[in-house]
Amino acid sequence: MQIERCKGCNDLTAEEMLRFRSVEAAFQETFKSYGYSEVRTPTLEYLYLFTSAGTLTPGMLRRVYSFLDWDGWSGERVVLKPDATIPVARFYTDRLSQREQPARLSYVTNIFIFEETGTKARERWQCGAELIGAGSSMADAELVGLACDSIKKMGLNNIEIKLSHAGLIREILSSLGLNHNEQDGIFDRILDGETDVLNKLQAEKPQTIEALKLLLGTRGKSSSFLKNMRALFAANIPQVQDALEDFIATIELVETMGLNYQIDFTSGKGFEYYTGFIFHLFVEDENVGGGGRYDHLVGMMGGQPTPAAGFALYIDKLATKINIDSLYIPVAQRVSLSIEAGAMKEGVEVAGLLRKAGWIVSLALQGKPAVNCGWQVEVRQSVPQLTVLNCGSGESRVCENPIEILTIVGCG
Amino acid sequence: MQLRVALPKGRLLASTATLLEKAGWALEDYREKARLDRLKSKTLNVLQAKMFQEKDIPIQVAIGNYDLGICGLDWITEQTVKFPSSAVVILKFLGYGEGALYAATRPESIEGDELVTQGDSVRLAGEYPNLAESLAQKLRLRRFSIYPLWGSADAYPPENAEIVMLSCRNEAEIASLGLRSLGKIVDFRACLIVNKESLRIKDMSALLSSINSQLAQAATGAPETYFDIKRITQRVVRKSLPDDCQVRLALPDGHQQAHVRRILDAVGVKIEDYPSVTGNRRPHSSLDGFFIKVIRPQDMPLQVANGNFDLAITGRDWLTNHLYQFPQSPVRELLDLKYGKVRIVAVVANEVPVSTSSELQQLRQSQQASCRIATEYVNIADNYARLNHLGAYRIVPTWGATEAFLPEDADVLIENTETGSTIARHNLKIIETLFESTACVIGGMREADSKLKVERMASFVSLLRKAMETMT
Repeated sequence: MQIERCKGCNDLTAEEMLRFRSVEAAFQETFKSYGYSEVRTPTLEYLYLFTSAGTLTPGMLRRVYSFLDWDGWSGERVVLKPDATIPVARFYTDRLSQREQPARLSYVTNIFIFEETGTKARERWQCGAELIGAGSSMADAELVGLACDSIKKMGLNNIEIKLSHAGLIREILSSLGLNHNEQDGIFDRILDGETDVLNKLQAEKPQTIEALKLLLGTRGKSSSFLKNMRALFAANIPQVQDALEDFIATIELVETMGLNYQIDFTSGKGFEYYTGFIFHLFVEDENVGGGGRYDHLVGMMGGQPTPAAGFALYIDKLATKINIDSLYIPVAQRVSLSIEAGAMKEGVEVAGLLRKAGWIVSLALQGKPAVNCGWQVEVRQSVPQLTVLNCGSGESRVCENPIEILTIVGCG
Repeated sequence: MQLRVALPKGRLLASTATLLEKAGWALEDYREKARLDRLKSKTLNVLQAKMFQEKDIPIQVAIGNYDLGICGLDWITEQTVKFPSSAVVILKFLGYGEGALYAATRPESIEGDELVTQGDSVRLAGEYPNLAESLAQKLRLRRFSIYPLWGSADAYPPENAEIVMLSCRNEAEIASLGLRSLGKIVDFRACLIVNKESLRIKDMSALLSSINSQLAQAATGAPETYFDIKRITQRVVRKSLPDDCQVRLALPDGHQQAHVRRILDAVGVKIEDYPSVTGNRRPHSSLDGFFIKVIRPQDMPLQVANGNFDLAITGRDWLTNHLYQFPQSPVRELLDLKYGKVRIVAVVANEVPVSTSSELQQLRQSQQASCRIATEYVNIADNYARLNHLGAYRIVPTWGATEAFLPEDADVLIENTETGSTIARHNLKIIETLFESTACVIGGMREADSKLKVERMASFVSLLRKAMETMT
């Protein structure tokens, strides 16, 4: 009977793991250089962590893996973590809120989202950072810089950033008399192309709808775009003033950092827990990550109201784009070691020496040399005890002692 | 090519029988209390029909045991809301099916748009746990617990649940139960459903057009109401309990009532209106410091575990089923009441060449297909399959008449039997007795219980022990 893997779940091959680890390593190195510390939250969380308004969108909630745990007689369900930020906000509230702020936290984690066809991954990997306890434009800019530097560290330089602002969208929708839940639904429907939603609302508040249409229909390329918007609409919709100023301040910082960006309000879809600045990162036209400001989330987890922002990079997508040629270990660096039964002690000594010097040593088993090796070393009981074969040239040499092997393979 | 159709017993049977009669299916003996579950058509040779509890039908169609089925939209939605990639497709609304599934609460639990709860968690109870989870998500509840029930949902509020999911004809019926509707979750409309794969590859056109020709145009549209629910927010109001020494006792409804009554009578415990002809679920008794509610025995272990009740009278089968799912549960058996003796057994069809579970294990090793285990005891069955290394298996949950599932709709049953005669009559055989079950008193051990409460619980158990001695 053939045993299949679970639908929507992937095995990673050795090459794919090399790619994965390479992305992870680039991210780890970058976040450390920005002063972030790695944390890890569990795979299982209570479902209710994600259900209250302002956490996950209803669309996401419909796709969580929820079930009863072994001690689920209380009736509370658990989920396979569907999002990385909300558990980190819980973790911060639970364990770190009394410590010095801001907290700079990073993570590498898998998340689980059901996808109907089973052809796309239901288990996805993310690396991300959360900056909790700082609410300035400078904090937003730090996160954008960290995200972009991480991607550049992976050898990917053509990054495009799309910027939006949930607070600004919320203020406009709120001025139409829509509550939090209605705002999420209406905005997503507008972005799904349901233009009649806007037309219905237009009769009552024509100026607000005009502003919304212009914002959604135009891609700004500098903070001047927002300044133009401010000049056009701030007087008629005064409640957007603060959010606009906040967005302009952040954009000006991003501009100064010399990053390639576009102001695109349609990129803010699915913005339930975001309250301010939102950004999405694109490489080769593919969305490889995103994040934003979520100033209400820590409060919703039972903590003191705390400004916070963060982002996640999608490891699975980045891993397919990076070049890993330099990560392959050349065959000249690999040794197949054959040890005769009575010469184990000497064989182990040779293996240790080679490995210490940076060579990859695999034992020849069942009479067959290990594959993909540039060298074959034999260790015997009788003379000649040590021989080295260069698999490329076919030249074989006898050695007097293990050090001589190192000389021959090139490191002595 | 055979076409297999799953037809409902119960509330939709009469209308379905009329529809199929008009459609010319000429089914023999499709009626309540029919002698056989398998039905033959006098006119359609390709048709193999079988009667099921309505709740079983979407599962049977989804797993491909049946090509077509007829059942209420509520049970279909209960499946598809949790499993959106289910193989069940709704083909037609059939124009009958009365009432709807409502969300309801006690009037005193709702103030304006606020649902008042004593604890942090909103408790939702009902026979539709997947719809309950979806309801909790739609209401954006900050914290909630779901209690899946076998029945008697109206008994739970306000003490044991804030929101219940109730099958009712209309909101007036909900009011007559002393509850207030929060809105409709889904209509009980009868639907013709199909297995997606069967629809792709099998010619069912004769059956489909025979039904379609009988449907009024107005009946075929989609009438469903999903979650037309009042928007509420939760407000926690902590009150001190009126009497934290009070023992909350759950007594069984159904056929166990006469046994329980006899035991209580034997030691002079007076209990009014139990069994109740009016459906009273809160009988008064002469037991000082006891609050009694009447609920389904299947639901009792979970209700004792979650702290809704302190003591309950149920069967060891249901306690065991609960403990296999939740090994750390605080519920324990306190007293064997020795009546209602049944054996919990593993059963296969007579023609299967095995006589023990280990022979079944050997047989399974040579078979490709997943082993289908039909049962009301899903956790006992799950444990059985794992302990016996049955390889790939799936548990098919059933709601009664499980014997009829073998041999075509399941490979193994985990079933209870009193004498074994029903099993033999269905041409089946027992390959293992897993354990014996009798009625028992169960209780939840909690350190927080007051001394007086613990004493009251202990004295009740002693009293019943005395009754057992008196009666034997």
